[in-house]
Amino acid sequence: MREKVVITSKNVEFLDKVSEMSGQPITRCDQCGVCSGSCPMVDEMDITPSQMMRKVQLGQEEVLGTRAMWLCASCFTCTVRCPRGLDLSKVAEALRQITLRKAVDHIDIRKIPDHEMKKLPQIALISSFRKFTG
Amino acid sequence: MKRIGVYVCHCGGNISEVVDVKEVASFAEKLPDVVMVKDYTTMCSEVGQKMVADDIKEHKLDRVVIAACSPQFQGVTFMRTVENADLSPYVLEMANIREQCAWPHYDFPKDATKKAKDLTNMAVAKARLDESLKKIMMPIGKRVLIIGGGIAGIQASLDLGDAGFEVYLVEKEPSIGGKMKQLSRTFPTEDCASCILSPKMADVPMNPNIHLYTYTEIKNIEGFLGNYEVTIEKKPTYVDPAKCTCCDKCVDVCPVVVPNEHDQGLTSRRAIYLPNSIAVPHSYVLDDEACLGLFPLACSKCRDVCEPGAIDYDLYPEEKKFTVDTIIVSTGYEIFDATQKAVYGFGKYENVITALDLERMIVYAAEGNPLKNLGERIAFIQCVGSRDEQVGNEYCSRICCMYATKLASLLKHPHPERDIYVFYTDLRAYGKGFEEYYKRAQNSGIKFIRGRVAEVFEDSRTKKLTLKVEDTLTRQIIESEFDTVVLSVGLRPNGGTEKIADMLKLAKSPDGFLQEAHPKFRPVDTLKDGIFLAGAVQGPKDIPDTVAQASAASARATRLMNQGEYALDPVMAFVHEDRCDPAKCGSACIEGCPLGAISVNGVAKLNEAVCKGCGSCIASCPADALDLHVYTNAQLLSEVESVMQDKKKDETRFLIFADDTTAYRLSDNVGTAKMSYSVNSRIVRVPSCGRITPKLMLQSFKAGADGILFGESEEKSSPFPHVISTINSNIAKVKETLKQKKVEEERIRFVQFVTVMLVGFVNNVNDLADFIKKAGPIPDKERKALI
Repeated sequence: MREKVVITSKNVEFLDKVSEMSGQPITRCDQCGVCSGSCPMVDEMDITPSQMMRKVQLGQEEVLGTRAMWLCASCFTCTVRCPRGLDLSKVAEALRQITLRKAVDHIDIRKIPDHEMKKLPQIALISSFRKFTG
Repeated sequence: MKRIGVYVCHCGGNISEVVDVKEVASFAEKLPDVVMVKDYTTMCSEVGQKMVADDIKEHKLDRVVIAACSPQFQGVTFMRTVENADLSPYVLEMANIREQCAWPHYDFPKDATKKAKDLTNMAVAKARLDESLKKIMMPIGKRVLIIGGGIAGIQASLDLGDAGFEVYLVEKEPSIGGKMKQLSRTFPTEDCASCILSPKMADVPMNPNIHLYTYTEIKNIEGFLGNYEVTIEKKPTYVDPAKCTCCDKCVDVCPVVVPNEHDQGLTSRRAIYLPNSIAVPHSYVLDDEACLGLFPLACSKCRDVCEPGAIDYDLYPEEKKFTVDTIIVSTGYEIFDATQKAVYGFGKYENVITALDLERMIVYAAEGNPLKNLGERIAFIQCVGSRDEQVGNEYCSRICCMYATKLASLLKHPHPERDIYVFYTDLRAYGKGFEEYYKRAQNSGIKFIRGRVAEVFEDSRTKKLTLKVEDTLTRQIIESEFDTVVLSVGLRPNGGTEKIADMLKLAKSPDGFLQEAHPKFRPVDTLKDGIFLAGAVQGPKDIPDTVAQASAASARATRLMNQGEYALDPVMAFVHEDRCDPAKCGSACIEGCPLGAISVNGVAKLNEAVCKGCGSCIASCPADALDLHVYTNAQLLSEVESVMQDKKKDETRFLIFADDTTAYRLSDNVGTAKMSYSVNSRIVRVPSCGRITPKLMLQSFKAGADGILFGESEEKSSPFPHVISTINSNIAKVKETLKQKKVEEERIRFVQFVTVMLVGFVNNVNDLADFIKKAGPIPDKERKALI
């Protein structure tokens, strides 16, 4: 079954929000796909980086439910290659922030056993909060 | 004493239904020097014009003011009327009481009438100081310099040579023909490029009107329309073309082997060589940089075998000077340096080639002499160096989509088993027959995949290449192996273009190509009179467009040269020599004119053929010695003073200086649309706002203005793009003074307009009006202290 996409003014709101948070003129993306071809994580992603950009352009909020933005390692390969000069890692970060600000934790710090807590590097703890929240 | 006649037009009711024309007429009667006032229903009619002409004779009028529509509308008509009555056309002034009074202020007839009186007063004040100027006639001959002998230069030379003009065609390479002579076939017809080019090339030396200088560079060009002095330097070829029989014996004995430029370095040539098989002039050339040595002579094998004795080593570069009337710049382009795009591995991987390399390979393969085995699987990567901010080229190179389609087709036809893919971002088949050609290529089995290639890897053992790219239509990542990768490289302006642009002071567009005078209506003109552009020097284009543009440039050059003389508008700068003292200011005016119209020889001198009459130099003179005909300092000051004359103490009134090209026309458009704006505004027409010096701004405030709005053309549509920086710096100076004297800086505004910004114009005017209303008139004490 094909899903129909309806574009309303609410979609524009989402686009504006992501554009503002990321500081990127997202509508300027012309979907050449160089980001996706360059991405070292693309094989693991459910949607490609260019698809992520497309969904934001069309204001499809369901992009927040995809894995791609969490898998973005901010390696900036796409950023240095984008022919339109867009910084995709900032867009991914904006999408993560939108989710993070909803403050839903998937990791409960109290449930981590003490012996693990002692061994865990702080940086790993912080990144897992960021990546597993939302 | 002047004898001014004032005519107030009813415009068949357009004006008289709002403005009280009788009141305006009786107001004009009281103005000094006005000897006659009439009002009439339609001044522009034959009767109205005859009335003016008769009155000039009968009442010995020497200045004429017509209060009617915009001078942009009927100015030329009335100038002709005045000229026919044996007066200078420049003693005519118009008060724009239709577009600036009756129409925008139709709801406020009293204010409209008051403004109409002010504008009439202003026009009379200007007329009083009008000079009896004549159009300046300059001689022009029939000689033209064409720089660059590619297809554009060849076409322009043949057009002008055939039309009887004396053509100097200068080409830096040893043969004319440009990039086109390297191509295999042309899209979309697939005809052989050198077969259609070579007859044209051969026509050039056959034409008695064309002086062909190959292997020659431009050393210097100075001058102006009708008098460009050109210095060229011709490098010696050491072979006399008249004697050379092209027997090839010299090549056989030459010991030096170097890469052959004509084949993109894919083949080699000797130090003595024939530039290409269709070379014009068809003669051998000795490359003195590659040769073992001429001074002292290290080897003389070529001379020894030359039976006709065509080779002479004792030759030196020759300088030659000549004068031309017009110039066509057709210096072409160069291809993007693909090594800059390191991810594609050009220069590192042997099977990554450029499209121009492939052109040569196809030529050799068609002759049954392939240079390289291209393999079965071939990929084209589009937009290499185009549409890519990462390499600083934002523009589309226009030809790559079609040349890639052509090259792919030429590879496919003889070997249908080949698997050919074109990876593109957008496929732009915009020209005549292009879409059909693209469809034929698809029919033949060439696959077009939408996605910009991310990177290319080489298997160091097999030398096969792997591409990584997203198919953006299926969102799948493709990672596939190919035998050959062809880079569809974009076009760049070349070094020769840079050099010529600097020499002639030609403007460049943001993309680095040379800029035309107007993107729609003057596509082959430059802002320098008598210099034209043809071909890819103005921007990437294909062969038909290049040829069309070359013929267009020839027609534009013909238009000037055929007259024998040309008229210059007397709106140009002049020098009050008594005030000029270059020793004191260090000749500041030379810098003040970016066009280079000012030189200093004892006193400042204006080159009238170069001056465009923008007036932006005037502020650069600290001694007020520079001035502008038709818009003199005295005239502008008296216009401003007269328009403020009856201003009451608590009243606010502000000026709009509107440039002739855009802002003044825009104000007319606003009037025509009957859009209302502040009645406190008074519009003063200027050639450009750069004309208004800081002194004049302060004088305007002193005269009673409570604010000034500058309306100027946007840089890209301006005939004088350089004035923007002058305006900004002049305004900054005045703002500084205002700040010191405790007057609000916001009273000065500067807006760049386009002629369709009607609402923008109204908003900007009303914003300033609102601000002034709130701030009130400038108090007398501050006003007097300003200057």
